[in-house]
Amino acid sequence: MLQILNESLIELHINGEIRKALARPSDTLLFFLRERLGLTGAKPGCENGDCGACTVLVDGWPVKSCLMLAAEAIGHEVTTIEGLDKVPIQQAFVDKFAFQCGYCTPGFIMNCQGLINIHPDASDEVIHEWLQSNICRCTSYQEIMEAIRSVLPSQ
Amino acid sequence: MEFQSIGNDVIRKDAWEKVTGRALYNADISSPGLLHGVLVTSTCAHGNIKSIHLQGARMMAGVKAILTGDSYPDLTGSVLEDRPPLAKGKVRYYGEPVALVIARSEFEACAAAARIKIEYEKLPTVNSPREAIKSESPLVHDQLGSYKKVIPEVYPVQNTNICHQIKIRKGDINKGWNEAEVIVEGSFSLPSSDHIAMEPHNAKAEILPDGQIIVDTSSQSPFAVRKLISQHFKVDLGKVVVRVPLVGGGYGGKASTNLEYLAVMASKAVGGQPVLIKNSREQDIASAPGKLALEATVKLGARKDGKLVAGEYTFLVGTGAYADTGPRMTSAMAMSCTGPYRLENVWCDAYCIYTNHTFATSFRGFGHSSMTFAVERMMDKLAAALHMNPLELRRINAIQSGDTTPTQVRLTPSILGYLPGCIEKIQKLINWEEGNRIDMGNNRIKAKGIACFWKTSSSPTDAFAAAIVSFNSDGSANLQVGAVEIGPSTRTTLAQILAERLRMDIDRIYVQMEVDTRTSPHDWKTVASMSTFLVGRAVLTAANDAIGQLINLGAMALKCSPEDLDFQHERVYLKENPEFYVEYKDIVHGFKYPNGNTVGRQIIGRGSYIMPHLTAMDQETGKGQPGPFLTPGVQAVEVELNTADYTYRIIKAATVLDAGKVINPKSAKGLVMGAMGMGLGLGSREAFLWSADQELQNTSLRTYKVIRIGEQPEYLVDWVETPNVNGPYGSRGLAEHGIIGIHAALVNALSLAAGVELDQVPVTPELIWKKLREAQNDSL
Ligand code: FES
Ligand code: FES
Repeated sequence: MLQILNESLIELHINGEIRKALARPSDTLLFFLRERLGLTGAKPGCENGDCGACTVLVDGWPVKSCLMLAAEAIGHEVTTIEGLDKVPIQQAFVDKFAFQCGYCTPGFIMNCQGLINIHPDASDEVIHEWLQSNICRCTSYQEIMEAIRSVLPSQ
Repeated sequence: MEFQSIGNDVIRKDAWEKVTGRALYNADISSPGLLHGVLVTSTCAHGNIKSIHLQGARMMAGVKAILTGDSYPDLTGSVLEDRPPLAKGKVRYYGEPVALVIARSEFEACAAAARIKIEYEKLPTVNSPREAIKSESPLVHDQLGSYKKVIPEVYPVQNTNICHQIKIRKGDINKGWNEAEVIVEGSFSLPSSDHIAMEPHNAKAEILPDGQIIVDTSSQSPFAVRKLISQHFKVDLGKVVVRVPLVGGGYGGKASTNLEYLAVMASKAVGGQPVLIKNSREQDIASAPGKLALEATVKLGARKDGKLVAGEYTFLVGTGAYADTGPRMTSAMAMSCTGPYRLENVWCDAYCIYTNHTFATSFRGFGHSSMTFAVERMMDKLAAALHMNPLELRRINAIQSGDTTPTQVRLTPSILGYLPGCIEKIQKLINWEEGNRIDMGNNRIKAKGIACFWKTSSSPTDAFAAAIVSFNSDGSANLQVGAVEIGPSTRTTLAQILAERLRMDIDRIYVQMEVDTRTSPHDWKTVASMSTFLVGRAVLTAANDAIGQLINLGAMALKCSPEDLDFQHERVYLKENPEFYVEYKDIVHGFKYPNGNTVGRQIIGRGSYIMPHLTAMDQETGKGQPGPFLTPGVQAVEVELNTADYTYRIIKAATVLDAGKVINPKSAKGLVMGAMGMGLGLGSREAFLWSADQELQNTSLRTYKVIRIGEQPEYLVDWVETPNVNGPYGSRGLAEHGIIGIHAALVNALSLAAGVELDQVPVTPELIWKKLREAQNDSL
């Protein structure tokens, strides 16, 4: 079993690359991504698991990076918004005006991306269930629903 | 060739930055050597600070400095200087900043902050505006009389909790009551709550060796921050630079200056090194300013035919522990107190009142959403008393051009817009004719409620903006403005205005998203849904200035007189034969003749605009011109109530407003829908919850509930377009308007569905049940 007792150099698989940096045992993945690697797409909105602004994919599943320790991500595939290359959900967010201030957007897009991969057949109920973990304070959500529906093959 | 760009769903200029995570917000920008400040906030709502023990914290690793209220002498405030950046001697609300720890890293600062021990001697608390005005109430500020007024139009009352009061006296109220055949009266209460911008407040400051202060902040008002920092730290204005990148939501909450003072104090304490302070979500909710509370009484008198003849309004506005913009919002509520109805006899007393709660600052609607709740619930009660259809009552009283506002401004179609047109449209949109209360069987009642609203800018009378247009050597244009991109797509809208005027392709216009007070043209604030108007007018002037220069230089190039020329698609051409032309790219930096001689100069368009003809409100009567135009509208909500357990679903929410001219329909619709969403949250779940000692109970997003996806209704938006002759391409302000009447419409629908008067928000199933029980007990 892996043990990290003090600040140590850790190695994470992020966006298809191996990234090394110092981490303390208590550093969250969110902190590590932002402060150690400069990947600031994931946003702190509550650092308490309540808002989803910090969502990234870990082995393809959406995870709130404020609730995961950097050390826990060792050996897993982490994808952040910086790792998406103009995928359909990004285009859909642009076309459907599914953001305003944009602060919640990376988190929403990562959650959507996870959903598209895992449940390409998602119904509205499933979409709601997944995206309820994220808060957007600017849009009405109607735009975000339109965006995700437009890229799900089932809809 | 009008409206190439105006009226189109132009994709936002910041779209790809935002969907790729490349968009940078203030706390995303780090630098080596950046220090971190962490606040220690009060756990007591009202008390004397007996002692602050810093020893333990000082010894902690990484700590550079610790500040307390003694570190800084001044009181701050944009209207009334009543607030120390760090509490001095006394705390006045739960969450008030008491100490600030500056350390090498955020976690070291947090660890040290946890070691600071503060002892309070508790004082009796002031729990609500109504309690606060009782003569025996404790005082939140016993030095109120000595506070400095920053603006002349604030009228505090010494030895009370009233930090401002304003009156509206229009017509003859007694005559109105005498004419009235039906009189109704009601009282309403709305709690304080929070903006919950997804990006918590944060600010960074650095003091350079020559004394220049650089502030990087998430703010809606960079130029106001610069002025206040310069004043309070006694540094020449030019030596202060305020920079604002993209902002992660503001809704009014980032319009006042707060953390910026602390960041500058912090940097000062560590020899000018850069210090970043960012609120945790919990601090952002408890400590940073929120939304005002309101306790209102409204009395309306009407003739039997439904025509309003008298209106009396008392607004007790809870601004919390400090005034901030509370007094200005109080005046704004008074100036619009009647709602958009024709009323000759108006009497309004509005008070801005201190309590021991988190202080309030501007919030979407600038007080109008709370005020409108009271007025529009009252209109429904009046309709019931008159046995009239609530929509019909509003239609026959709708204010029209030729009428006057409560502040006695005579209205024209351009100033007012056309509310009856909005009412007509919403009637169809929400299928009003179907009936506003339908029993669907199975314990289900479907009901519809409506509410009208209006709003103007309530800005300072000299609010202004400016714009600069420059060109690249390929003929494309750059737009520089001082408005902050807080989310509403302001800068894309402004680019559309510029593209339209220059008759250029919108894709050939570049806008910078960041504001830097040293290079961006001066701007009032990005508030009040005014940027499209105020900055838009400046953009038009700048465009005209550039066009004049382009034509003059074109005339030299084409060897003709300027009058013979016209322009479009980056060409200046001969009117009689467009095949003779010169391209912008060949003249924007001067024109070079074939022999090498060059004439002209670089073309730079300058424009600015100042609010025209505004006057302050008179203290005794309220008379004055508070804004350049109004935006009126009407909203409707359809609900389905389950009468077995009083749970309800919001099925539809609709807004029709007079936008003058819609510049970007998809953006505009999104703004109005988003604002409706926030308003429905206020109506159904959002509120600060206080303990008996006035400690804020819900400081996380788990306990402070907001609407989440799947809970939203179907949103419907439509427009009326009555040109505002002063607005760019006829447009009026629109954005926050979506919030103003929507919770009134929601609660009108719920009251009708449940068959009980609901006069407060948020309306939970429990509240409906309670009110029904009270009503049953009353009738026994
Ligand atoms: S920051 Fe992770 S859920 Fe809010
Ligand atoms: S776009 Fe601002 S919070 Fe979602």
